[in-house]
Amino acid sequence: MLKVVQTGLYTSVQDLGRLGYRKYGVPLSGVMDAYAARQANLLLNNAENCAVLECTQTGPTLLFTQPSQIAICGADMNARLNKGAVALNKTLRIQANDVLSFGKLEYGMRCYIAIKHGFKTPLVLNSRSYYKPITIQQTISSDQLILYNVFDEPLHANYVKLSINRTHFKQSLIEVQPGPEFDLLPTNQQVMLLNTTFHIGINNRMAYQLEERFPNTLASILTSAVLPGTVQLTPSGKLIILMRDAQTTGGYPRVLQLTETAINRLAQKKLNNEIQFKLV
Amino acid sequence: MNKYTLTYKAFGSTAVLIEWQAQQISIDVLQDIQLFQQIILTELPEYIVECIPAYVSLTIIYKNKSFDQFVLALKASYQKHFNNLKQENIQKNNVWHLPVCYHQSLGFDLVAYSEKVQLTINEVIELHTNTLYTIYFLGFLPGFLYLGDLDERLHCNRKSSPLLKIPKGSVGIGGKQTGIYPQASPGGWHIIGNCPITLFKVNDEPPSPFKPGDQIQFYAISLEDYRQNNFSMAKSNNHA
Repeated sequence: MLKVVQTGLYTSVQDLGRLGYRKYGVPLSGVMDAYAARQANLLLNNAENCAVLECTQTGPTLLFTQPSQIAICGADMNARLNKGAVALNKTLRIQANDVLSFGKLEYGMRCYIAIKHGFKTPLVLNSRSYYKPITIQQTISSDQLILYNVFDEPLHANYVKLSINRTHFKQSLIEVQPGPEFDLLPTNQQVMLLNTTFHIGINNRMAYQLEERFPNTLASILTSAVLPGTVQLTPSGKLIILMRDAQTTGGYPRVLQLTETAINRLAQKKLNNEIQFKLV
Repeated sequence: MNKYTLTYKAFGSTAVLIEWQAQQISIDVLQDIQLFQQIILTELPEYIVECIPAYVSLTIIYKNKSFDQFVLALKASYQKHFNNLKQENIQKNNVWHLPVCYHQSLGFDLVAYSEKVQLTINEVIELHTNTLYTIYFLGFLPGFLYLGDLDERLHCNRKSSPLLKIPKGSVGIGGKQTGIYPQASPGGWHIIGNCPITLFKVNDEPPSPFKPGDQIQFYAISLEDYRQNNFSMAKSNNHA
């Protein structure tokens, strides 16, 4: 079992999300940076949908009561195992009573802790992803116990260490396709949208707001589907980039749609970071 | 042939947005969207991840095909089956009778709202319970029903500042719509009552018993019945 000693800022259990329930109004959820989370599962030879812990900005402190193997990918939060620094993007062996903790955030916003065979929190509507009120919890809590399978094998001598793609964390270009209502924007606004440097405002698993206001001449639409990565333009000119926990439908014009790579990249951005949209 | 023009747009690289070129919400378009869904789920299941219907649109998350190929396949199977299926009655729709307690302690905006729409409280309740509301789709929050056909006399702009927490089961009116908050959530609608039935249960499959095309009729219950759990949700069939 895993015992939560300290929760960190916002740590939740996530897999690849709750597919098939959006027609009931249930958000997709799932890991914000699927690229990093997949890497972590890959290092352990896990199935890609194995549940991981998603840590945000400040990592948790966790006590492992049984042996296993883990991998940490994504943001660098200075992970430490029993007070010794450990590498990211590498398979790590865990012994009973090992303590994993984190320090200062070096780069990125979210890191993923994968464990051999995944964390075994309850499946709710076919997914372990935390999303209240579908799951009871929104984040992990102090003293919570999380199940995992015991795995007591040595690391392979020729284990891999993934080399990470630094542009994933540094790149400010966010690749987009035109959204369903993009063509309704006047041409000068289309150009402006693609040539402005925006700054990240309030952000969470539901959405990233942008600081800059954008002139809005579009009327609301009849409520229609929105997806993770949909960029909405509100009547007050606010641009909102929907993320994994976004609602399933909305009435604001959908001006852009982020690519999957761009969603993963945005998930590693934080307040005041710069971004530019780039049409692909 | 279908009387509506359908447009197919790429919505990111994994979804197709199909829009019915209709200016407004109608049961006719709703039935068309349901028919479309029924056809493609039967004809092209291997390419479909999930469908998200809305008022005049259907978004399909797809896999294993390029956008162009998938759109061609959609159009072909739709054209092939549309006329045959349109003749048949595609699915049996239910009418759900849902209890609502319109007491002011639960419908905490009832007094202010009735003044705004210039009706008495009894008139509000009567108009609200007299209509058979069609469910167009579910969205926004888990289990939230988008209902059509609210009596024009009950239309009322949303509150200027939303409440941070509207209790679960609250029945509200916002603009031209009425609905029930399936969970506690922020919201800007005028709350006129509370429906004590849990609309969404994560342990049920499906988690919501309601589907697009079903209808809702509200009936008023007293505060006493509300408190003593003296109510039920009845279901009837509208295909007598």
